[in-house]
Amino acid sequence: MDIPYTIKNRPDTGLYNAKLGVWLFLASEVMLFGGLFSAYILLRVGAPTGTWPHGWLDVRLGTVNTLLLALSAITTLLAWASCKVREFGKFKFFHACTILLALTFLGIKSYEYHDKLVHYEIQLNNGKIADGHLVEKSADFNLAKKTGSVTLHGHEVETHAELMDLRSEEAKKAVHAELIIPASEIKHMENYGPRHNTFTAIYFTLTGLHALHILGGTLVIFYFWGPGRKMWQTEPERFTNRIEVSGLFWHFVDLVWIFLFPVLYLT
Amino acid sequence: MSLKAFHLIFVTLLTALTFGCAAWAFATGNAFWGAAGIVAGILVIFYGVYFLKKLKRISYL
Repeated sequence: MDIPYTIKNRPDTGLYNAKLGVWLFLASEVMLFGGLFSAYILLRVGAPTGTWPHGWLDVRLGTVNTLLLALSAITTLLAWASCKVREFGKFKFFHACTILLALTFLGIKSYEYHDKLVHYEIQLNNGKIADGHLVEKSADFNLAKKTGSVTLHGHEVETHAELMDLRSEEAKKAVHAELIIPASEIKHMENYGPRHNTFTAIYFTLTGLHALHILGGTLVIFYFWGPGRKMWQTEPERFTNRIEVSGLFWHFVDLVWIFLFPVLYLT
Repeated sequence: MSLKAFHLIFVTLLTALTFGCAAWAFATGNAFWGAAGIVAGILVIFYGVYFLKKLKRISYL
């Protein structure tokens, strides 16, 4: 049995079925990300003064990732336009570019996650806080037994509030050095993972969900670039429509990032 | 809505983002990146005009 309206538009909707389907799917995605953005806004405006972090994310990396996704939107469009004018070689080239750009984006995102997961805030017994990136843990390090030590590349502060605004002049003046901290002096030790505070929780949730969409989109695009391209030989118009549908999804994911970048990195 | 129309929306929002970033950079005292943001915004506008001309025959629906 043939699937109807894969090439021609349905008379009642004016669209071929896959396009209608992807738009319905994107409507549900708008609700998903819309809910999470609403959560972000409510958490942010509800945070007590001085407790919401600023400057915790690397704007340079975020900018590079924005550039990568913007370029990938262009290559996706060009891949579809190449199919429209029956230039399959160009289609393959532009889709390969999209895949490479997407993988680079995910690589940078992974680096950012790693950077957060090796970044520790250690509350010391003397009331001070040591904050920095983990260099190493001694072989016998055991926080429960209070044995061994950790080495951080960072600095010590008197209060938690000093760590909130890394764009402040005081934060910029902070001198970072190697700190060797014995386990016996550690009261509490926690990395900047999702459970560190409200900001890291919503940051990992929003960007993690977005990264999963990038990964899913990349797999689909890879399929059309690789094994799925056989359809071009038999049904080029249907294949072109598939490229358009995947391009619509990809543009949606890029649009989400256009909102995520300023909200998370610049504010 | 076709990919062409969605791409136009994307380019419009990207333009707003680049100018917004430029404003942010100027506000935080970074004139170089502010200027870079304005240049990027102008480039995106030129690209938008170019892509519309190039895909003139493709429908918005």
